[in-house]
Amino acid sequence: MSTHRASSTTNAGNAYQALAEAHDDARWAFGTGFDDPLSGVDTTLPDDVPGGKLAEYCLMLGDDALIAAHRLQEWCTNAPELEDEVAIANISLDLLGQARLLLARAGRADGTGRSEDHYAYFRDEHEFRNVRLVERPHTDFADLAAFLLLFGSWRLALLGRLTGARDPVLAAIAGKAVKELSYHREYAAGWVVRLGDGTELSRRRMIAALDRWWPFVDELFHGHPAEIQLATLGVAVDPAYLRGEFDTVLASVLSAGRLSVPDGAPVAGVAGRTGRHGLHTEALGGILTELQGLARAHPEATW
Amino acid sequence: MTQDSQGESPVRAGWPLYEVFVRGKRGLNHVHVGSLHAADDQMAVRHARDLYTRRNEGVSIWVVRAAHIVATSPDERDPFFAPSGDKVYRHPTFYAIPDGVPHM
Repeated sequence: MSTHRASSTTNAGNAYQALAEAHDDARWAFGTGFDDPLSGVDTTLPDDVPGGKLAEYCLMLGDDALIAAHRLQEWCTNAPELEDEVAIANISLDLLGQARLLLARAGRADGTGRSEDHYAYFRDEHEFRNVRLVERPHTDFADLAAFLLLFGSWRLALLGRLTGARDPVLAAIAGKAVKELSYHREYAAGWVVRLGDGTELSRRRMIAALDRWWPFVDELFHGHPAEIQLATLGVAVDPAYLRGEFDTVLASVLSAGRLSVPDGAPVAGVAGRTGRHGLHTEALGGILTELQGLARAHPEATW
Repeated sequence: MTQDSQGESPVRAGWPLYEVFVRGKRGLNHVHVGSLHAADDQMAVRHARDLYTRRNEGVSIWVVRAAHIVATSPDERDPFFAPSGDKVYRHPTFYAIPDGVPHM
C-alpha cells in the first residue's frame, strides 16, 4: 500500500490517479493484499510493567480466543446453511488470529521468546487460563448463537477498553479485534432475535440455549489478581467494570427477540479458583487432545 | 419471520436467492460477483460480506433478490443486439484517449 500512497502524492493533481493505481489486476475479485496488524507498532515492553504478569494476561485473553475458535471450527460441515458455515468459519479465524497475536506477545513479555505454537500445543490443561464459558460444547445452532452473543458482547466490551492500554502491542491487537468482535456480536444478535421471535420451536430452543450458557456468565466478571494488578497500571481491564455495558447490550438484544435474561445460579469454582486460575471443566481435556495431538506426536513437524 | 413485501407465502422450503454486487474501490462500479441464499435483505448483506469480501475484495456491497432482476432472454438476442453490429459510425474511434484517463 505504501508505494501506492507515495505515487499518488506525486500525482496529486490528477483526479483519475486513485482509479489508475492498484486494481490493474484483472483478477481483482480474488482479493487484494492484507495489512499486518502490528506494522509500525513499538514492540518493546513498557519499563514499569511486570513482564511475567503481562504474559499471564496475554495468555488469558489468548486462550479465551483459542478455545472459542476451536469450538467454532467444529461447526465446519455441520452448519444449517452454507452461508452460515462460511460466516462461522470467518468468526473462528478472526478469533484464531487474535489468539496467535496474544500468545506471541506472551512469549515476548515473559522473556522466554517462546512461540505461539509452544503455548497452544505444549501446555497442559491446568496451564490454560481461559474462562470456562468457551469450553462447553455447542449442542445446536441456537446454542451457537447464544454463545456468540454472550462471548462477543463481553469480549468486545473488554477489548474496547484495552485499545487505550499502555502496552502498545496489546492496544494494537485490541484495535484490530474490536472491528472483528463488533461483527461477531451483530451476527449473533441477528440470530438470537430471529430465533427468539421466530417459530415456537426456534423460540423454545433459544430460551433453552440461554439457560444452558447462563451459569458460565458470572465468571466473566471476576478478575484474577494478575488482571486487577495490571488494571491499576493501566495495562489491563478489571472485568468487573464490564458488567454494565454487557447487561445493557444483552437486555436490548433479548428484548428485541422477546426473550428474558436467564437467572440460573453460576457454576461454582473450587476454593475460589476458576478458569482464569487454570481450573477447567472436563470439556477442555477433549479439546486439547484434538488440538494438540498432532503437534505432540510430531514435535519437530513444520507447517 | 415476517411476511415479505412480495406477498408470497411466509413459509417457504428454502431461502430466496439474492444476486451480489461488490465495488472493489471508491470510484469503480459495482460488479456482479455471484449469488447466495438468505432469509431477508439484511441477512443477505451479511452473508455477502462473509462470502464475497473475506479477501479484502470490496468497499461496498449491493444485494438484490434474483426474482427482482428483469433480464433479456436468449431468444431476443438478434432483435436486441444484432442491429448494432455493423454501425461503425457509432464507435468513437477517431480520436485519441489521453493517457491519464483509465477504465475507458
